[in-house]
Amino acid sequence: MSMRLPRSAGEWINRDKAVRFSFEGKEYTAYEGDTISSALWAAGEKVLGRSFKYHRPRGVLSFANHDVNVMLTDGLDTNIRGDVVAVRNGQKLMAVNTDGGVRDDKNKYIDSISGVLPVGFYYKAFHTPRRLFPFWENVIRKAAGLGVVNFNFPRVTKKKLNSHCDLLVIGAGPAGLSAALIAAEAGLDVIIVDENQRAGGSLSYDRAGSSELGAKLAELLDMVKKMPNIQLHTGAYAAGYYTDHLIPIVGADGITKVRAKSVIVASGAFEQPPVFRNNDLPGVMLGSAAQRLIYRYGTKPFNKGVVVTANDHGYRVALDLVEAGIKVAALVDLRAASEGGTLMNEVMRKGVAVHTGSCVYEAVPAKGKFGVEGAVICPYDEATASADPSKAITMECDGIAMSAGWAPAAALLYQAGTAMRYDEAVQQFVPAKLPAGVFAAGKVNGVFDLVQRVHDGARAANEALRYLGKSAPQVDVAPHEGASPSHPYPIVPHPDAKNFVDFDEDLQVKDFINAAKEGFDNIELMKRFTTVGMGPSQGKHSNMNAIRILARIRKLPVEKIGTTTARPFFHPTPIGHLAGRGFHPHRLTPLHGWHEAAGAEFVEVGPWLRAAYYKKPGLSKLDIVQEEALAVRQTAGIIDGGSLGKFELQGPDASQFLERFYAGSFGSQKIGETRYALMLDETGVVVDDGVVSRLGEESFYVTVSTSNAAAVYREMQRWLQIWKLGVGLTNVTGAYSLINVAGPRSRQIVGKIAPLDLSDKAFPYGAIRETEIAGVPVRIIRVGFVADLAYEIHVAAGYARYVWEALVAAGEGHGLRPFGTDAQRLLRLEMGNHLVGHDTDGLTNPYEIGAEWAIKMGKPFFVGQRSLKIIAKRPLKKRLVPFMLAEGYREEMPQECNLVIEGGEIKGRTTSIAFSRSVGRVIGFAYVDPAQAQPGTQFQIRTDSGAMVKATVVKAPFIRAQQGA
Amino acid sequence: MKLINCPVNGTRPVGEFVFGGEFREMPDPGQCGDSEWASYVHHRSGAPGMKKEWWYHAPSGTWFIAERNTMTEEITRTYLFGQEEDK
Repeated sequence: MSMRLPRSAGEWINRDKAVRFSFEGKEYTAYEGDTISSALWAAGEKVLGRSFKYHRPRGVLSFANHDVNVMLTDGLDTNIRGDVVAVRNGQKLMAVNTDGGVRDDKNKYIDSISGVLPVGFYYKAFHTPRRLFPFWENVIRKAAGLGVVNFNFPRVTKKKLNSHCDLLVIGAGPAGLSAALIAAEAGLDVIIVDENQRAGGSLSYDRAGSSELGAKLAELLDMVKKMPNIQLHTGAYAAGYYTDHLIPIVGADGITKVRAKSVIVASGAFEQPPVFRNNDLPGVMLGSAAQRLIYRYGTKPFNKGVVVTANDHGYRVALDLVEAGIKVAALVDLRAASEGGTLMNEVMRKGVAVHTGSCVYEAVPAKGKFGVEGAVICPYDEATASADPSKAITMECDGIAMSAGWAPAAALLYQAGTAMRYDEAVQQFVPAKLPAGVFAAGKVNGVFDLVQRVHDGARAANEALRYLGKSAPQVDVAPHEGASPSHPYPIVPHPDAKNFVDFDEDLQVKDFINAAKEGFDNIELMKRFTTVGMGPSQGKHSNMNAIRILARIRKLPVEKIGTTTARPFFHPTPIGHLAGRGFHPHRLTPLHGWHEAAGAEFVEVGPWLRAAYYKKPGLSKLDIVQEEALAVRQTAGIIDGGSLGKFELQGPDASQFLERFYAGSFGSQKIGETRYALMLDETGVVVDDGVVSRLGEESFYVTVSTSNAAAVYREMQRWLQIWKLGVGLTNVTGAYSLINVAGPRSRQIVGKIAPLDLSDKAFPYGAIRETEIAGVPVRIIRVGFVADLAYEIHVAAGYARYVWEALVAAGEGHGLRPFGTDAQRLLRLEMGNHLVGHDTDGLTNPYEIGAEWAIKMGKPFFVGQRSLKIIAKRPLKKRLVPFMLAEGYREEMPQECNLVIEGGEIKGRTTSIAFSRSVGRVIGFAYVDPAQAQPGTQFQIRTDSGAMVKATVVKAPFIRAQQGA
Repeated sequence: MKLINCPVNGTRPVGEFVFGGEFREMPDPGQCGDSEWASYVHHRSGAPGMKKEWWYHAPSGTWFIAERNTMTEEITRTYLFGQEEDK
């Protein structure tokens, strides 16, 4: 049976375009612009979903994005909201929360046993006996949650845009549109956003049977259209408020992050249901939902209805219903006779019987609870909130429209830090103190009269203009007059309950009373115990009634109860909208292409990609790493160290700066000499190490570790600023490349193409020389990190590949082999060199790693010195030692971070451990008790499986220790 | 606090900045006692309120001081170290 009304001006559906889809296997035809719910409702379907807990049949409630009992899946997406999402051609829809379809849901029996499932029952029922909990957990997990996630989803990349404006107006109703127009006329760049598919807010549905408002809306929208500095976004919602007016606008295909200079929240109010028995049946809906069906979707909410109200809005709904040709059997007003005013007269003139001081005591369910058959109407005493069912009459009807009041859509105001107060004149929370640059207008601000809402928008716009430093007039908004738009307590008690407060979570009035009896009588506690407002609509239709009920239970004014804060997002936002693009830039060295061609496997080191090892067919990674390391020990290896941090310091105070910044001594450093540099923080903790080279009296070149480079550079800049020294600091990390040629043959290889004497005497360990290789100017440092003999060649990045290839060519016949960071780690371990950040942690002091030699305590000052003076007075707690496992050890390999245990006490941990082919043993570093730090001492490492492994402290470097053994 | 006003580069998004810890006056290391020094390096007040902090604008390498109310997340002013009086 079609419920379509004749075509009307301003409707949101396009009757020239049909949309065909199926719901629960049955085919339907609707119009373009229909939502899933309106399409089904127009086709006469009333059971659109099942409720979460009791699996009761549900229809439409709000058409305002909180009909969470009508959630559907098309097999790909789940929890599609029927009331607001447009239906598409060819969609095959199913309701999500059923076992066997909406009409024959096998779980409907739960409704009949609801009496034994009181609120909080699962907290109490399932925790003992404990052994049964896994069983219950399985049952509960299946029952909890709504849709089923399809993990076989296609990857869809959603747009992420940024936008800036002077003023963001949230809500394109009369207040929002008025504000936008005033602001735009004053020259502001304005963005208006509205979650509905079209602008207009209440003007698009709340007409009280008159066609004037439709014309007024068209006129407003026309004015907005003519303003070039207004951007109107519909079908998109302001999802949250973040500091400094950053507001994500979520649309169907992505997210726009709007940075506004000021914000007007004109988001309106959510209509709130009165509470009576069976107020959840399909066919019972909010008055505004009935209006939306009529004016937006050209669909009758029902054929013969009853309107139950506790404010003037119900009368407007009745007039709209009559205008649409729907029979209104009765208008039931909870309030006493006098309050209906002129609207009441108008409704009565249309032939509608008005029952004041009365309530709908219960809705009479049709067969299977698939709809409404009638409304039981009886006298209602507002003062005591009690009904008198002895005088009840039953009115036949197939639908009930409910209008009892409003709750402000104030989520973003709360998030911005607005202090709210309860205004008795409108029985609603309204902003009391707004944060700077945030303004509220319209219903969310407690202004309900249409003319005054337009004024309120203008007032807010002018306040925003003044906030932005422009002059603007004062606009006065008249205080609320007449009946309150919200009823203070629209709750009808019923001994058989099923009078629902929260439709998401199936919460009835008695659940709140029981929660309070159990002591959960604070709004935050009550929320958590009853789960009110914790369903998908986040309390949009339930929190206000819950607060009113709690206030009544505790005999406190509503204001004293307070509200809970709705966090972002305002509506559920698909994860795909939030997920980033994986924008993770890497730095590549100038030799990256060469490594790729040579089959390198790369590893992330800080922001860099470095070659970890070079793949060889038929060889495992472990074997390759050992081979690469052996080449360095026996012939020669070459590694790209271009990612190391490199800084140049120039100026008269450069050596002074290094003296203060690093723990060692640099004032006495000779030109052409390098020194190890240990960096401490102010607490004396080791944070980095590097090499300082002196190139001239006032010129130094510093290298630091790859992953700390940015932080070290930052600290250098900070201390330079604090000390006000005459130093020019340049970060040349990317400008210079670094190639390390290491191993016994390295001297011959480098010597082939470098025109300088490389003999120990002319170029000793620790020296730096400025020279050239293959005609390219380079700096060469004689280093010893991975091998006794090694040359670190620093060259302008642009020449790196040329020099590298020249070195590789020179290495032919010398067994030169490229090696990666994995072999480098093993090689430095064999050399007995610890790695800061790997063998140290955020609390390690230099004494614990035996770095006393790198500290010059006699200096006047260096960062960390004062703390070291304190630390030095205290007994050492642990000490990093080189160790070996027994020869031929073949048992479970201890891992890094396995504990060192002595007499049942944790004494330390391993920090590095590896098998070395050169040494022929498993070697490593570990923290041990200082009493056990002497070479030759044995200690025990506990492996992952719990086995204890004996290790022996040795002297580093391991390769010499081996030779001496 | 999604925007920070760098005294050199103007207002920029917070993602461009690195927090550098609370600003504290270093006691004279030669004169102060151990407990005074330990307090300087270790003790921080976590109570919300006005804080004087180091911030670093990473793209330009600018260190500066920000006075920030950690309760309201409001930055009341920013200036280069040592140039407080000029503002």
